[in-house]
Amino acid sequence: MSYKGKFRVWRGEGGEGRLEDFTVEVNEGEVVLDVIHRLQATQAPDLAVRWNCKAGKCGSCSMEINGKPRLGCMTRMSTFTEDETITVTPMRTFPVIKDLVTDVSYNYQKAREIPSFTPPKDVKPGEYRMQQIDVERSQEFRKCIECFMCNNVCHVIRDHEENKTHFAGPRFLMRIAELDMHPYDVADRKDSAQEDHGLGYCNITKCCTEVCPEHIKITDNALIPMKERVVDRKYDPLVWLGNKIFRR
Amino acid sequence: MERHEYDVVVIGAGGAGLRAAIEARQQGKRTAIVCKSLFGKAHTVMAEGGAAAAMGNVNSDDNWMVHFRDTMRGGKFLNNWRMAELHAKEAPDRVWELEAWGALFDRTKDGKISQRNFGGHEYPRLAHVGDRTGLEMIRTLQQRVVALQQEDFEVHGDYEAYIKVFAECTVTRLLKDGDAISGAFAYWRETGKFIVFDAPAVVLATGGIGKSFVVTSNSWEYTGDGHALALLAGAQLINMEFIQFHPTGMVWPPSVRGILVTESVRGDGGVLRNSEGRRFMFDYIPDVFKDKYATSEEEGDRWYTDQANNRRPPELLPRDEVARAINSEVKAGRGSPQGGVFLDVSSRLPAAEIIKRLPSMHHQFKELADVDITAEPMQVGPTCHYVMGGVEVDADTAAASVPGLFAAGEVSGGMHGSNRLGGNSLSDLLVFGRRAGAGAAAYVDSLGDRRPQVTGVEEAHAEAVAPLERQGGENPYEVHHELQRTMNDLVGIIRKENEVAEALQVVEKLKERATNTTAPGGKIYNPGWHLAIDLRNMLLVSECVAKAALLRQESRGGHTRDDYPAMEPEWRRKLLVCSAKPDGSEVQVVEKTQVSMRADLITLFDRAELSKYLTEDELAEYDAAAKELS
Ligand SMILES: Cc1cc2nc3c(=O)[nH]c(=O)nc-3n(C[C@H](O)[C@H](O)[C@H](O)COP(=O)(O)OP(=O)(O)OC[C@H]3O[C@@H](n4cnc5c(N)ncnc54)[C@H](O)[C@@H]3O)c2cc1C
Repeated sequence: MSYKGKFRVWRGEGGEGRLEDFTVEVNEGEVVLDVIHRLQATQAPDLAVRWNCKAGKCGSCSMEINGKPRLGCMTRMSTFTEDETITVTPMRTFPVIKDLVTDVSYNYQKAREIPSFTPPKDVKPGEYRMQQIDVERSQEFRKCIECFMCNNVCHVIRDHEENKTHFAGPRFLMRIAELDMHPYDVADRKDSAQEDHGLGYCNITKCCTEVCPEHIKITDNALIPMKERVVDRKYDPLVWLGNKIFRR
Repeated sequence: MERHEYDVVVIGAGGAGLRAAIEARQQGKRTAIVCKSLFGKAHTVMAEGGAAAAMGNVNSDDNWMVHFRDTMRGGKFLNNWRMAELHAKEAPDRVWELEAWGALFDRTKDGKISQRNFGGHEYPRLAHVGDRTGLEMIRTLQQRVVALQQEDFEVHGDYEAYIKVFAECTVTRLLKDGDAISGAFAYWRETGKFIVFDAPAVVLATGGIGKSFVVTSNSWEYTGDGHALALLAGAQLINMEFIQFHPTGMVWPPSVRGILVTESVRGDGGVLRNSEGRRFMFDYIPDVFKDKYATSEEEGDRWYTDQANNRRPPELLPRDEVARAINSEVKAGRGSPQGGVFLDVSSRLPAAEIIKRLPSMHHQFKELADVDITAEPMQVGPTCHYVMGGVEVDADTAAASVPGLFAAGEVSGGMHGSNRLGGNSLSDLLVFGRRAGAGAAAYVDSLGDRRPQVTGVEEAHAEAVAPLERQGGENPYEVHHELQRTMNDLVGIIRKENEVAEALQVVEKLKERATNTTAPGGKIYNPGWHLAIDLRNMLLVSECVAKAALLRQESRGGHTRDDYPAMEPEWRRKLLVCSAKPDGSEVQVVEKTQVSMRADLITLFDRAELSKYLTEDELAEYDAAAKELS
């Protein structure tokens, strides 16, 4: 049940490159990453691709398959026809290092700019008490495997390099929401979400939600509520304080 | 050549490495974290079921002594008991600490950390987040590292003043000054440029070796680098014959064969059936566990709601037992269509409950196999999962025999004996990661102003560039595939003398072929080159596994010999210790006597139970200890 599949893979480094054509064996049940690995083993030993767990858990093998951001390990070959040419390119928003591997350091820089979890000083390890229903909101965002496809697809930076300095991207705006909804976080994150991390740039086109391989409702559950909190806060700080205490 | 000076270099950014680095930094040491993958993507991210810690949140009868006993039983009493003791005692604090760093575990009704059942654990003990506990753990530790960097930024104006992550950077050699560690040699995957770390203390936290096998749940990082680096630096490996084959890996489609199906499926009620529909595990309860497991389906089913009055279902036996049972069923022709057995949760829990408790399993099967686990059974079979063997270390400090070298996590050996219980790895990473960081910090302090000098850089460089410079040699991918098939077929779940001996011959030949591999292309992000370098490690480790497997003439835990099917008390006292020459030649395996358990620990067990494991001499020792304590 195997066939010869047609692949076009972006090859290149140092800002230059081109699409290269390959004909390669494809077997039943395989995913795109399997085929890339076969290319490495048989035709292009130095073809660069990031991967790790090959089970959709680590978020390493983000790439664009026929123009759509996908995890290579979770994209089954059976979703394409046998005579279709499959085009595989690196994520577009980040600079290419080589072939399918991009420089994703932007994301790590943004992660570092967001103030960390800030618990009250008087709660000791082992004393935390939280109800399941109160942790579930943040738990949804902590499912994030940091594949960075949401940031890759967000047009605020995809088409505007200049926004990268002042926009944290959906991934890290969601991180702010996650901390803000953590029952024990006491930091005030609203002003900085808006002013330092660019929450206002998001105009809720939901591209991030659509590409999320973990099906996290980034826009509806993180970004929009965060925007509302920023607005509420501007009018009534007491409401915010009350919410925070109530939630404990 | 790029060069950096640190107090402590931690190799590995999984649970063990990150916890070690956090500790070293908290003790004021300038610390580097070096890892092959991006930060936050280490293998730990894949862990599903949870972290075992006797917090007693779900059953208040649980405590460290019960956990200790379960761990020793799971390892068939071959464990380094001091490690098992420290682990059981310290795991709860390590889990609670994660919560104070922002982790959000699933909760009990009274708001504490919820705990789930797992194979071999007497009480519900695994702190978890659905079935993505490893992700929660790695993200929390990663975010703790960032928090420390932010503190340093406040004080020193530099995020990386005290702790810096070198991601996608692979260490190929440890460097020494005489007998002691003086640093590490590495290359950047991104550029192919080389880098030297000057550091008196190195913590190995590189994880396991599964990529030497075809069918494995492990990620590409698992090429046994830390095991090999330690050997080449003059340290010893113990227990290398013990490899855990997880009973439930996916079997279909072929490209996902080996990917893990978490034990939580069984912990939460899933059952194993053969092609005749029989819950066959009832036929495989070994004598040593007879009184601890249910003998009827009814009792097993009642246990999920009433643990005080019923015994556990045998699906929750330790992994080695379940893996062997599945293997036997398939061999006897009672397997599933694609060569596994059936694992069914669909008839045991409501669909909504399955999706809530096992979201990533639901997702994984739907996406990769077109199977809806809420409606039909899964097909599963054994997969190479975890190596119990590793660097021989001192339990309290995680120090290896080479001064300045420390090891923690899957790369270390001893803690789990011949078989690891599920959930005991994540807690092991935290407990011994912290101890390794502290051990390294104390070692650096003990040196005062003395700093060892880096030597051997030229040799390390020459070794690393060789595959790029050679022309017309072997394709490294082919050597790798042959090694994987060999280990899988000849040193796998069931072993025989002649097969293991044959494997050793193949490995010997592959070792030669590996010195003649060629990696076409340049230095920039060249996977063929990286693999050519990793091959040295995989081959060396495979040789240790096969040599130790050949020597141990008994069956115990993750080592099953078809020709020696029984467990032998005489062998329980013997550890097999591997060493090698700095060039990787002359792998030696020698026997070493296991130290007797401390009196207060051994008397935590019944004599009747111990009599199944210990020799007559040891039982006499036990009687004397019991008398003294009474
Ligand atoms: C699918 C799956 C599910 C599991 N579920 C559970 C569970 O529920 N509970 C449990 O307790 N255990 C579980 N385990 C086992 C557990 O996840 C691992 O044993 C554990 O995560 C190992 O952690 P570690 O810190 O030792 O190493 P890892 O997390 O594997 O990290 C190794 C690190 O070393 C780095 N490294 C390796 N070689 C080099 C080198 N040469 N140079 C530089 N860096 C290097 C890697 O890049 C990586 O950062 C599971 C394992 C698998 C595969």
